[in-house]
Amino acid sequence: MSGLDQIPVTIESSASCSARSRDFGNAPAVLNQIRDALERLVSSGEETCIDLNAMPFGPGDLERLTELLGTGEAEASVEALGPTRIRETGIPGVWLVDYLNAEGQRLTLHVEIATVPQILRPQPQDLACAIERLDARLTRLRDPAHSPLSS
Amino acid sequence: MANLKTPDKTLGEGLREIGLSRRGFLKFCAATASMMALPPNLVPAIAAALEQARRPSVIWLSFQECTGCTESLTRSHSPSVENLILDLVSLDYHHTLQAAAGEAAEEARLQAMEANRGQYLVIVDGSIPGPDANPGYSTVAGHSNYDILMETVEHAAAVIAVGTCAAFGGLPQAKPNPTGAMSVMDLVHDKPVINVSGCPPIPMVITGVLAHYLTFGRLPELDAYRRPMAFYGQSIHDRCYRRPFYDKGLFAESFDDAGAKLGWCLYRLGCKGPTTYNACATMRWNSGTSWPVESGHPCLGCSEPGFWDDAGFYEPVSVPIGVTSKTLIEGAAVGAVAGAGIAALARKAKKEAVANRQPVTIDELEQKL
Repeated sequence: MSGLDQIPVTIESSASCSARSRDFGNAPAVLNQIRDALERLVSSGEETCIDLNAMPFGPGDLERLTELLGTGEAEASVEALGPTRIRETGIPGVWLVDYLNAEGQRLTLHVEIATVPQILRPQPQDLACAIERLDARLTRLRDPAHSPLSS
Repeated sequence: MANLKTPDKTLGEGLREIGLSRRGFLKFCAATASMMALPPNLVPAIAAALEQARRPSVIWLSFQECTGCTESLTRSHSPSVENLILDLVSLDYHHTLQAAAGEAAEEARLQAMEANRGQYLVIVDGSIPGPDANPGYSTVAGHSNYDILMETVEHAAAVIAVGTCAAFGGLPQAKPNPTGAMSVMDLVHDKPVINVSGCPPIPMVITGVLAHYLTFGRLPELDAYRRPMAFYGQSIHDRCYRRPFYDKGLFAESFDDAGAKLGWCLYRLGCKGPTTYNACATMRWNSGTSWPVESGHPCLGCSEPGFWDDAGFYEPVSVPIGVTSKTLIEGAAVGAVAGAGIAALARKAKKEAVANRQPVTIDELEQKL
C-alpha cells in the first residue's frame, strides 16, 4: 500500500460532467442537408432519405441532432422483422425512422424527408391484391353458413 | 447430405415462404443498403434485385488463422438481418461451423463443387504456406492448404479473402515468416479475388460483400488492393470525427493528457488513420457502440498490407525515407493537404514493401537457428 499514496489523484469538477453532453459539431452539417431536402420536398415533392448510420458522428453528435430537430405530434410503430419506430420531428415532413431487430438493437437509423415515411405506406404488391383479399371476406360473409342470422 | 445444387427458388420467394411480409422485406433492404454502404435511395433497386436473386453455394476454407474472422461474422450485431443473408447463401462447407466431420465434411465440399461448378463462391480466411514451403505447417485432412485452395478455386466463380491473413498474409507472414505464408492473391491469378481485410474485418463488411453479390449478381468495385470501394474507399482519417482537431493542429501527446481527455486527434500517438482504409469510423463495432479511436486508442491500421511489420503501433504514421519527422510534424500542423501527401508516400512505401517481399524458407530459418 505504501506506494499507492504517492500517485497523484486529482478530482475533476463536477461542472464538466453535469453540463449538456459534449458533441463534435457534426449536427449542423446534417441539418443543412435536411434543409436542402426539405426545400426539394416543398417545391417538387421529391422525397429524400438520409442514412444516419453512415455518418462519421462522434459521441454526442446524434443526440445533438435529434435534440435540434425536436419532437412532433405523430408516432408509429411497424412490427415486421423486429420493431421499426417512426417519429415525426418538430419539423413537419422530417421523420426519424429507427429500424431495430427483434432484440431491440439498431439496424439503421434514417431521416426521411417525406409527407409519409415509405415503410408506413402499403406496399404496391400488397395493394394490388387488397381488393381480392377484401372480396374473399365479403364472399365469406354472404355464405349463409357464416351469416350472423344463421347462428 | 442434402442436395447441394443451388435451388431454383428466388430470394424473394424464399423470404415470403418463411413468412416475411413486404414491409419486413423493405426493412431488410434498408438494412442491407446500410450494410453495403449504399445510399438509402437505392433501396427500391436493391429490393427489386434481391427479389429475383438466387441462393449461391459458398465454400469457406480456413487456413493459418485464429478463427477471429468467423467469430466476427457469427457474433455480428444485427442477427436478424445478417442471419437472413447467411440463410440465403448455402454455406456448404465451413469446417469450424459444420456438423459433419472427417471424410463426410470433405465429401460435402467436393459435392458442392461438383453440383455448382463455375458458380460457387469460395471464402478463405487465413494465409497459406506457399507452394515452396513445408506443407506440414498447416494441413486439413492430410492435404496441404495450398493443394486444397488450388483444387477448390479451380471451378469457383470468385474468391473472397476474408481477414488480413488471407488478403495480405497478415500475422503468419510477419517477419521472419517461418511458414512461408502467402496471401490468396499471391496464389490465385485466374479468378476474381476480393480482399475483405481487417483483423478481423467488420462483420457487416463481410455480409455486405455477400449481399452485394446477391443483389447485383457480380462483385463490387474494388480498389488497388482489391478491396470493395464501398467500405475501403475512404481513409479512417477522412471519416474520423476527430479530424477537425487534426485540421486545427490539436493533438493528444500522451494517453492521459488534457488533449486525450478532450478527444483531440491521436495522430502523434501513432494513429494509422491517414494510411488506413476501412469503414470502422462509420460502421463501428460491438452493436455500433464504439470503435478504437472513439475509445481513445489510435487506429492500428489492421486492414492494410504489412500491418505487423510496418512501424510500431505507437509511432506516428511511418516515416518514409525522404520525409523527416520534422516535416511530418509540420505537415500535421499545416493540415489536410500535407497529411494527404504523407499518406500517399506511406502507401507507396507499403506497395514497394509488398512487391519486394521475400518470405524466409524453412531451410533458411533452420540455418539461422
